[in-house]
Amino acid sequence: MTPRHTWHIVSGKGGTGKTTMAGALACALATSGRRILLCEVEGRNGISELFDVAPLSGAEERRISRTPSGGMVYGLSVDAEDALMEYLDTFYHLSIAGRALDRFGAVDFATSIAPGLRDVLLTGKVYEAVRRKIKNRPNAYDAVVLDAPPTGRIAQFLNVHAAVAGLAKVGPIRNQADSIMRLLRSATTAVHIVTLLEDMPVTETEEAVAALRPTQIRIGTVIENMVTPTPLDHHQLETAAAGSVILKVPGLTIKQNHALASEFAIEAARTLQEQQRHDRLTALGLPLVQVAFDHGAIDEGAIFAIADQLTDQMSLEAA
Amino acid sequence: MTNGYRAKSMVEHPHAGLAVPFLDIDKIIGDRETKIIICCGSGGVGKTTTSAAVALRASEAGRKVVVLTIDPARRLAQSLGVGELDNTPRPVPMIDTAAGGSLDAMMLDMKGTFDDVVIAHSTPEKAEAILQNQFYMALSSEFSGTQEYMAMEKLGQLHSEAEAHGTWDLIVVDTPPARSALDFLDAPEHLSSLLDGRFLRLLLPPARGPLRLMGAGFSIVSAVITKILGAQIINDVKTFVRAFEALFGGFRQRATATFQLLSSRHSTFLVVATPQHDALREAAYFVDRLTEEGMPISGMVVNRVHTSALAISPERALSLAEDLAGSSAALEVEALRRHANLMRLIETEAHQMERFASARPTVAQTQVQALPTDVTDLSALRRVGVLLADKD
Repeated sequence: MTPRHTWHIVSGKGGTGKTTMAGALACALATSGRRILLCEVEGRNGISELFDVAPLSGAEERRISRTPSGGMVYGLSVDAEDALMEYLDTFYHLSIAGRALDRFGAVDFATSIAPGLRDVLLTGKVYEAVRRKIKNRPNAYDAVVLDAPPTGRIAQFLNVHAAVAGLAKVGPIRNQADSIMRLLRSATTAVHIVTLLEDMPVTETEEAVAALRPTQIRIGTVIENMVTPTPLDHHQLETAAAGSVILKVPGLTIKQNHALASEFAIEAARTLQEQQRHDRLTALGLPLVQVAFDHGAIDEGAIFAIADQLTDQMSLEAA
Repeated sequence: MTNGYRAKSMVEHPHAGLAVPFLDIDKIIGDRETKIIICCGSGGVGKTTTSAAVALRASEAGRKVVVLTIDPARRLAQSLGVGELDNTPRPVPMIDTAAGGSLDAMMLDMKGTFDDVVIAHSTPEKAEAILQNQFYMALSSEFSGTQEYMAMEKLGQLHSEAEAHGTWDLIVVDTPPARSALDFLDAPEHLSSLLDGRFLRLLLPPARGPLRLMGAGFSIVSAVITKILGAQIINDVKTFVRAFEALFGGFRQRATATFQLLSSRHSTFLVVATPQHDALREAAYFVDRLTEEGMPISGMVVNRVHTSALAISPERALSLAEDLAGSSAALEVEALRRHANLMRLIETEAHQMERFASARPTVAQTQVQALPTDVTDLSALRRVGVLLADKD
């Protein structure tokens, strides 16, 4: 039996709906009685915007949603500088020196000259939340979902080993990087990549998969977002796309039927292209999940609807 | 484009009766005083395509254009038919030069640009010492603000070259999909405060002037940084700062000059968005920040706006589809359902754009309709250019 996934990492190209999918996945995992933590690391208030709640600040872990099935989703916005302060305090008991460092601009300096350090601090904070469950500490979560950096940066972001290699050979930061890496590579962690069935996002998905393989971190699923399902077969779509179909909708004029056929030709051609891109993704040999295009605005109801689609298609350990 | 039911008409005549000013791209590129166009916006909104389409249209209208992309993806090279883009402007083949224009394209090589600056502004021995320094290597290839900073440096270089030799009379810049919206403007400040800052000075004992009084503070700071980052990096930083000291002034001076150039009447910003909530929220942030910084904004390009030539409401389309359900008219049913979805999408987009326009009514806009296929060649870019310039 595969162990439960307790750490879900969601990446995707900008504009693919990465944050929405991370939110929906957290809701899907939050079945009756379960507590799920949704984290972001890029300081854009993406989570609070998505759930239409007040911005998350500091180390606050606040409840942002109660799902229809009775689970709870909590939100956390991880900030590298807060994380560094906490880190100094925990490992060196240096909260006063930490404040002095901050006054000299050293925190900004340290996280800027060593971008890897920033990533270790960010993943470290999320790691700590995941570990609470393992150690059965209070306030533990059943699973943690991370709205991670985009596909172009994801492998670099998660490869905390490489990040600290040039910085520290020994010491607490090295030990912590080792522990984070062990958990990232364990069977309880999975990276999910969100994509649209468009050329660039699919290409970036392929590149991210190739970049993640050497890190030995498992890729869970590729989530195809904003897919338009069709009951038509390939032949029907090709005929429609060729523009040679004459539609006869009773009640519409010949001109209107013609306009409908032209519009449908474009729609059918787009669906055919999407199917080709789906084939490219199939070639990756990873589980694929499809989320239908929601033509309305994204509100909490829409997030729950996407969560249902994820529950139906992913073998979520929540069940 | 034909009349019909489309989001644009709703934006131009929303219920409040407010009319959105039109962003006239042809007027901007036709004005010889416009020397720099900067396209900014969040990731995935079509910035690179917009930059390339504006550059191509300007070149075919007779401007001598260079387009600079900072996006690491090779999209611009692909769509412009240039095999590989490196740190040097390359002529784009197959453009229409009848009006006397030209088009070059280049992609920013961050480290290459930094190396060039070091080599150009120091003695060979000092340059060698800097280039070999571990800290310099990390700074020039990884520091989060370096890309934006080097983009400013490169823009400054291209501008000087354009002024001195008349190589170009218009520079179009495609900014990076910055994580926080205006890193592009903040980066020079960030990097120069880093390089020039108190903290670096602290690392250079003996501390000079009043800083000496902070000796005790310094030893704690230094000890902690050494503990976290290791002694080696501190030594590298010290060596680097000594070798780099002479360059600091020049860096800051050029960054300031470029900043002034960007705020002058020779520059203009185009904010790029799509009609979705997130992208428009980012665009609003861009518009506000640029306005606060006193930067000249021409307006907003809204890409991928959906349109339909068939003025039938989603409700009616679905009801027609329902009447046909179960019959042999599978294509008709699917076509009607698709039309209903499209109309809903158009309504959502129009609603989002209306909200943007009512909060920022003075921001001029032009809309580019969603294209059925990806933009991957010059003729597709030309079509985007036509849509960009088209008022209706």
